Formats: sequence, C-alpha cells, structure tokens
Amino acid sequence: MSAIDHLFRKLRAEGRKALIPFVTAADPDLEFTAAVLAELVARGSPLCELGIPYSDPIADGPVIQASYTRALAKKVKLAEIFRMLSAVTPTLAAPVVTMVSYAIIRRHGPPQYVADAQAAGVAGLIVPDLPVEESLALTELCRAAELSLIQLVTPTTPRDRALRIIQSSSGFLYYVAVVGITGERQELPPALLDNVGWLREQSDLPICIGFGISLPEHVRQLAPVADGLIVGSAIVRRIADTAARPRHDVLQEVGDYVQSLIDAL
Amino acid sequence: MAPPTQLPDSAGRFGHFGGRYVPETLTAALDQLVEQYQQAQADAKFAQQLQTLLRDFVGRPSPLYFAERLTQQCGGAKIYLKREDLNHTGAHKINNTLGQALLTLRMGKSRVIAETGAGQHGVATATACARFGLPCVVYMGAEDVRRQAPNVFNMKLMGAEVRPVESGSRTLRDAINEAMRDWMASVDTTHYIIGSVVGPHPFPMIVRDFQSVIGRETLQQCQTELGRLPDVVVACVGGGSNAAGMFYPLIDHAEIELVGVEAGGRSDAAGDHAAPLCHGEPGILHGSYSYVMQDEDGQTSDVHSISAGLDYPGVGPEHSYWKETGRVQYTECGDADALRAFDTLAKTEGILAAIETCHAVHNAMQIASRRSADQVVVVCLSGRGDKDAAEVARLRGEKG
Repeated sequence: MSAIDHLFRKLRAEGRKALIPFVTAADPDLEFTAAVLAELVARGSPLCELGIPYSDPIADGPVIQASYTRALAKKVKLAEIFRMLSAVTPTLAAPVVTMVSYAIIRRHGPPQYVADAQAAGVAGLIVPDLPVEESLALTELCRAAELSLIQLVTPTTPRDRALRIIQSSSGFLYYVAVVGITGERQELPPALLDNVGWLREQSDLPICIGFGISLPEHVRQLAPVADGLIVGSAIVRRIADTAARPRHDVLQEVGDYVQSLIDAL
Repeated sequence: MAPPTQLPDSAGRFGHFGGRYVPETLTAALDQLVEQYQQAQADAKFAQQLQTLLRDFVGRPSPLYFAERLTQQCGGAKIYLKREDLNHTGAHKINNTLGQALLTLRMGKSRVIAETGAGQHGVATATACARFGLPCVVYMGAEDVRRQAPNVFNMKLMGAEVRPVESGSRTLRDAINEAMRDWMASVDTTHYIIGSVVGPHPFPMIVRDFQSVIGRETLQQCQTELGRLPDVVVACVGGGSNAAGMFYPLIDHAEIELVGVEAGGRSDAAGDHAAPLCHGEPGILHGSYSYVMQDEDGQTSDVHSISAGLDYPGVGPEHSYWKETGRVQYTECGDADALRAFDTLAKTEGILAAIETCHAVHNAMQIASRRSADQVVVVCLSGRGDKDAAEVARLRGEKG
C-alpha cells in the first residue's frame, strides 16, 4: 500500500475530503516550490500534486504551459527536482504525487524513474499521456515500489474502457471534469455529477476530480460526490508573477486562496 | 516479426517504434478513427471516390520526368523527378488531406483542424475543406507565418482561419501542440488532419497509406516508361510523409536503394539542425515513440532548418523502424547545399522546387554523379518553390 492508500482510508474514516493543490516544480525556482508545498500543507492540504515541467504538454492550458516554460527556461533538471523533494518530503505531513509526461519517464527508463521517485519520497505518479494499454510495465514497477499509479478517466472514455482503467489505477482515480485542457472554467459540465456517480458504483477506489475547478462553489458542488478535488491553474496563475513581488506575499495569497477552497469542502 | 509492409501491428507499432502516448481524452477518437479507416479501406466506393478526386481534382498521376540537363551537369546516373510539385496546390500534401477529408465526412464530423510548417499542408487542408464545405482552422507557428506568407494568404482565400502560435519555438512542433490542444476540447465534432506520418496511432499509418500513391505510381512509371526499376530513390524527411509515401511501396523491392535526407541546418551542433535520425535518439514526442532531438531529461530540443517544413525535432516512427532495420539509409543536407540545389534546379531545369525538396535534390545530385550512366536515380520532387522565393531573396539580401 502506498501513502496515498493510507491517506484516503484515513480521510474516509474521518468523513473528510481532500483539497489537492497542484504547483509546478521550479516555478520560479526550487526554493520557492519547497516553501509553497510547506504552506499548502500547513493550510490543510492532505495531498499535493507537483507538476514536472515538460516542453510539450498536450493536456495543459496556457497557464500551466507558461509555468513549464518559465521553469525550463532556467534549465531545471529532473535530478534537481528530486533532490529538493528528498529534502522536503520528510518534513511534510502530506504525501506528494508527481504529474509527469511519459516522455520524461521513457527517457530516464521507467525502472530508473520509479527508483528515483521512490528515493525522493514521492508517493505516486500521474502520467497524463500514458493510456492504460501502454501502462502495464509501469504499473508493475510502481506496485513493487509501493507507489500509486493514478490513471485518468475522462468524459470521452467509454464505460467499458473506464472499468479497465479503474482496475489498473491505484491510489485514486483521477476524473477529468471537462473535455479539454487544464484551466479555470466558470461552469462545469452538467453531466459531471452523474458520470462520477456511476464510477462510484463500480469501485471503492477513491475518486478525485480535476480540470477546470477554481471556485468555492465548484468545491461545494463536487465535494459530496468525490474524495478529493484537484486545483491547478488557479494556483499556478497566482504564482506566475512571483519574480515581481515579495515571495511572502505570494505564499500568503496562495495560502489564503487554498484555505478558501478548503473551507468550502 | 511481420514483414515490413504489414506494419504497424494492432498497437500501432513498427518494431518497437510508434504506439500511442496521448491524453485519455483523445483515445476514443483515435479508436474511432482506426475503426472508420478499416471500414473505408474495405469499401470500394471510398477508394473510387478518392481515386476520382486524385485524377480530376489533383491531376494525378504526377509525371516521372527525366531531368536531362541536371543529369548532364552531374555527369553520372540518369536523374528522374517524381513531379509532386505539379499536383493541385503544388505539393504531395493534397494526397493525404483529400483522403482524410473523406474520412472526416464518413465519421460525421463537421469541423477540421490542422497544423502546418511550410504552409503546404495548411493549404492542402484548406483546399480539401473548401472542396467539401468543412470549416477549417490551421495552426501555424508565428515564425513560419512570417517565413511562408504567400501560403498564409492562400489558406485565407480558401476560407480557412490561420491561428499563429506564439508558444515555444513558434514553429511546426508548437503548431502540432496547439492543434492537439484544440482537439482535446473539440474531439466530439472535429477531425484533426495531421500532415505527416507522425503523431499517435493510427495517424502514421493513415498518412503513409494516402501518400503511398507516390510510390505506387513511381513503380508503375519506371516499369512502363523505363522498363526497369530505379537503382536509387531519394526523398527529403522532416516528419517524413513524402518519403514514407514514396518508400513504402518499394520496401519489398530489396534491390532498390532508398535514401532519406534530413535537414542538416547550419552544422552538426545540437540546435543547429533538424536531423533526429542522423543525430537524435529514440524518445517520445507528439504521441509516438521515435527518433527525436531531446535532452537527457526527455525535454524536446530546439532545432533549426532553413526550411519551415523540415524544421521539426521528431520524425515518423516507421522511418525509425526503417533506420533500425537498415532498409532505408538516412543522411542529411545542410542549409547552404539545399539553397545551391534550389539554384541549380531552377537554372538547369526551369523548376523552382520547395526548399524542403531541395535537400533531396542536392543529395540525389551527389549520388548520381558517383554512379554510371546506366543507373537510374529517382527524386521525389515533393513540392514547388514559389512560396520560398521571397525568403530566398531575403537571405541573399542579408548575406549581401
């Protein structure tokens, strides 16, 4: 069992839901990333998602793309990100999962990537460009290392396929709220609650919803049907101008924002 | 292992290259495309419709032309040009866009998106969409919008919307990223007509198949007009669609040497060329596993070529397979040599070829000059060069 399995078991026993913030590693630098992770956990996030910058992210909207571009412009390397995580994860009262393109994993070799992630204290992987058909080998490696491999189901996924994805996923199931890329939306699709409700009937695996979520009313609407809600672009946008402002102010603003969502759970 | 002409396998693999590395959102649409394409292949009416379009709308078959004065100048093997530049819209790209436009209609989709580098695929997509009354959006890197202004205007004339892409290196790779992102949100109603043998399965197979008319005609023309097969066949390789279409029907003719020419750019140094088969390593880009220019972390590297159509860090997975099996020899041609070939072909044959194509012309001239006069070298003359005239003039102006 991974740290994520333990976490959701505990949250369910306590009747609590998770607000899962996403931040981009090394935006604007790794020192800030370490500080923002600490801030997010201090505000009550029980799980954090860390985006590994990638040069060609297909599933990401302009806000997260721009954050990846900023991080890569400073030539940050995966080894440096893992080094930062090795120092930070033992101090955090919450597990960290990485969102990482399979291009990066494949380049390092899946066994090496999994070993390095495990050594850095990472609890799980979300690989947005690795469909279930291609994920068999990585699933085995993650299972052996007690890392969760979190798979995604989307509104375009046929139901028989969704069942296969649930079988293969561990830690939680990531339900993508919208047909499209990451980024804040005012309105979420009306069919969302029904689709998640159907998935719930199929499996006990915790379900977390992401893509498009940014407002307290989204949180109020979705928390009853989900184990967790993932918020990315709305946070990354608040970090985007860190270079031009005192860091303390940015941390405060991000913390207050995430707090407002947690309060809406 | 299956013989080369029966690849890819059901997972979209050519050997261990290819596959499908895309967000889950796109998987259902790709599965639908596989299914509809298989049905179309089994449908005689589909083949008939496409064949009629290729004959009456595109002007196929394209001639196999003996380049007499170019041959004299090289002083070796006879050089023949497969004149894809004489197709409607001036390049091989129309072979694929008409086929995929028919698939779009078959799938009941009502909107088309495409990416373009040099603009030839954008023009060919805009043309096919105008022909069938489909709304069309073309993503084009902002740098390429500048380099290939005539094609941008042509696309607009045919009713397409051209969206300049300002992210990343502002070239073909970024245009593909943006087209994929559009498709992520529009996949229920939109077909993505990808322009090369790249991307997730089944695109490398579908584009290759639609382009294979080039190689099939070449084989037939060689047999009927020359009474023999060619000794060497040369094509330029960016993503690799004209080369795949030319090579695929020839693959099982082991006696024909096949040469793919990548963009050698300014130098062999990283970032100075766009030649992943010559200098890259296998990795993932745009949904498939193939040779790519990337760093030790898997981040795609910036590349350079004088030609917008070859300025791409990846290559189709089947080319990687042909490289690995040794069936095709991949080499490169630099910016300066391509420009010289542009000049030479214009002055000896009265043909302005696309700067992409001139990479193949240069290497074909070198090969021909080393061979005896009884040998035959065929070059895929993939596109016409009017679009490049202004850029060539600008480059000369800069050099004084």
